[in-house]
Amino acid sequence: MTERVLVITGRVAPLDADDVDTDQIIPAQYLKVTEKKGLSRYLFYRWRYDDNGELTSRFVLDRPEFSGSAILAAGRNFGIGSSRENAVWALLDAGVKCVLATSFGDIFYSNASRNGLLCVRLDQAVLSEVRSSASGGRLHATVSLADLTLSCNGVIHRFQLEPHIRERLMSGADDISLTLSNYEGEILGYEAKMQPYLKPRTQRPLS
Amino acid sequence: MARTLFSKIWDAHELATREGQSLLYIDRHITHEVTSPLAFESLRASGRRVRRPDLTFAVMDHNVPTGDRSLPVADVMSARQMETLDRNTREYGITCFGYASENQGISHVVAPEIGLTVPGATLVCGDSHTSTHGALGALALGIGTSEGEQVFATQSLWLRRPSEMLVTVDGEFERGVGPKDAILWMIRKMGTGGALGHAVQFGGVAVKNMTLEERMSVTNMAIEGGARTAIIEPDQKVHQYIKGTPYAPAGEDWEEAMPFWKTLYTDPGAHFDASRRFHVGALEPQVSWGTNPAMTVGISETTPILSDCAPAERSGVERALKYMGLVEGQRMTSIMVDRVFIGSCTNARLSDLVQAARVLKGRRAASGVRAMVVPGSQRVKRLAEASGLDAIFRNAGFEWRNSGCSLCIGMNEDKLGEGERCASTSNRNFENRQGPGGRTHLMSPMTAAATAIEGRLADVREMEILAVDELGLRGGRSD
Repeated sequence: MTERVLVITGRVAPLDADDVDTDQIIPAQYLKVTEKKGLSRYLFYRWRYDDNGELTSRFVLDRPEFSGSAILAAGRNFGIGSSRENAVWALLDAGVKCVLATSFGDIFYSNASRNGLLCVRLDQAVLSEVRSSASGGRLHATVSLADLTLSCNGVIHRFQLEPHIRERLMSGADDISLTLSNYEGEILGYEAKMQPYLKPRTQRPLS
Repeated sequence: MARTLFSKIWDAHELATREGQSLLYIDRHITHEVTSPLAFESLRASGRRVRRPDLTFAVMDHNVPTGDRSLPVADVMSARQMETLDRNTREYGITCFGYASENQGISHVVAPEIGLTVPGATLVCGDSHTSTHGALGALALGIGTSEGEQVFATQSLWLRRPSEMLVTVDGEFERGVGPKDAILWMIRKMGTGGALGHAVQFGGVAVKNMTLEERMSVTNMAIEGGARTAIIEPDQKVHQYIKGTPYAPAGEDWEEAMPFWKTLYTDPGAHFDASRRFHVGALEPQVSWGTNPAMTVGISETTPILSDCAPAERSGVERALKYMGLVEGQRMTSIMVDRVFIGSCTNARLSDLVQAARVLKGRRAASGVRAMVVPGSQRVKRLAEASGLDAIFRNAGFEWRNSGCSLCIGMNEDKLGEGERCASTSNRNFENRQGPGGRTHLMSPMTAAATAIEGRLADVREMEILAVDELGLRGGRSD
């Protein structure tokens, strides 16, 4: 079970960059850390720390006016590249609960939904408006999963979300329990008729 | 109804649908040391088992050292992840190709070469470059750690059916130009998000004429154009490649597989949601200049000129030029390199090494350039050594190393230093990808070889390229 996500309210931080790949969100060297908690230290590591490993305040989430932001307003193609789920865990560990973008990397998008991180696709015009109103650091927004709305500055923007993602987020249900309790028969059915040529040839292990 | 190849495989594995998702049975799950530890941990915490250890295989690739294998792993964290994979796979009864295994290598090189990847199967791996396996006509998906845990526990996965795109690649490559140039160019044209949400089928004369290993370079990098996965209709070349390999079907199973494999094509008139057509006839060697694979130009071109860029692109281009230590309008062939890396799941198969050797034989890397070959698998390394291919690289001043992901991702000791510039046959030129502050130029094995000799990004068409039979290789394998 992940935590149920119903409404997200918080400050909006603008991230003015397109094509943010997951190597930027968390560099590969920190994938050796095998705990989700504490990963926020490595979030956008190369953008936040200087060569001596000192935190600078140049990254938006480290600036006082954006600290504690729950909503990150990004650009186009957010989360492309590597499949590392650590990118999602690091964002959540930093308190980010929702990312707004015009498009997302497919694997990142799926990973996010399995961990309670909401990814919202917005039109370029709406996203630009949100980003520019957020740039001063005082913008608060509310995202409702029940209504599929983003409210900020007294304006309500509607967005679409795949039904299964919405359900997964709102119920916090885990796919494994759901599958094992409801679809065991279908799985067994496939296995019973699985052709031998689709299986690895049984043989002495090579090493 | 006319169906695509992708749909045929999807439908045959769809166990149920719910809320716009499908539950797909997974025939093959490949896992590695970096993205699996938390999946195993969570599985253990919930008291679940690995449902089908016989369909699950583990390979150590991401952070294994590529130096002397008789030495212990120096990086403590890497060693711990490798030990953890070893322990987890023992506990759950999964075959693991570890540090010392003769089958060790990069998962996307190893699985096809030992017959774990077969046409018509569904295959997942916790790595985005899993699309590679689509070249064999498998439905192959890169997945995250939570999804990996689901596959461990249920041998199935809830997935949203992607849209489908047909990319037709026509024409014949000119001398010195090949599949890597084609895929870099197509990504350049389509953008990093051009195929988001789509399973891409590659077809056309140019793809038909490619060897299977060349096709794998194309499907491998489809993810860099945003594709959810890529697939190519399997033909005789695929059957030949896997026949007689340790895990491919044999005997009666092989005979039964053949009629099924012959059904693995897209029916005439089948619907695609999108389609693109490319012609490689006049294509020149492609080299990336920036910090994502779409930031690519032809070797005879220059870096972008800011005033020519669309306003929305300008700040990204400016940032990339700055990171790369380049200026606008700079000739690509003026760019000097410090390092050359021939390796990765994109271009480290035997035929990739042969292509580079056609340029390198009898020549040497420029002084001051550190060049290395990291074979895609220990099997590739052994085959290369048996044929004498390794000597061509050693004589050219290249380091000849053991297999792993190595300098493609910089998780082991093979990294770029701050500001170092590398000509690389890998797949990603993201900031810091090959090491903090490192600068990557993506290119084909031939262009990387030419660049090693010149010490700057070089146009291989201006150099002598030997025929394969002029390499004097023993055993004569040349694909």
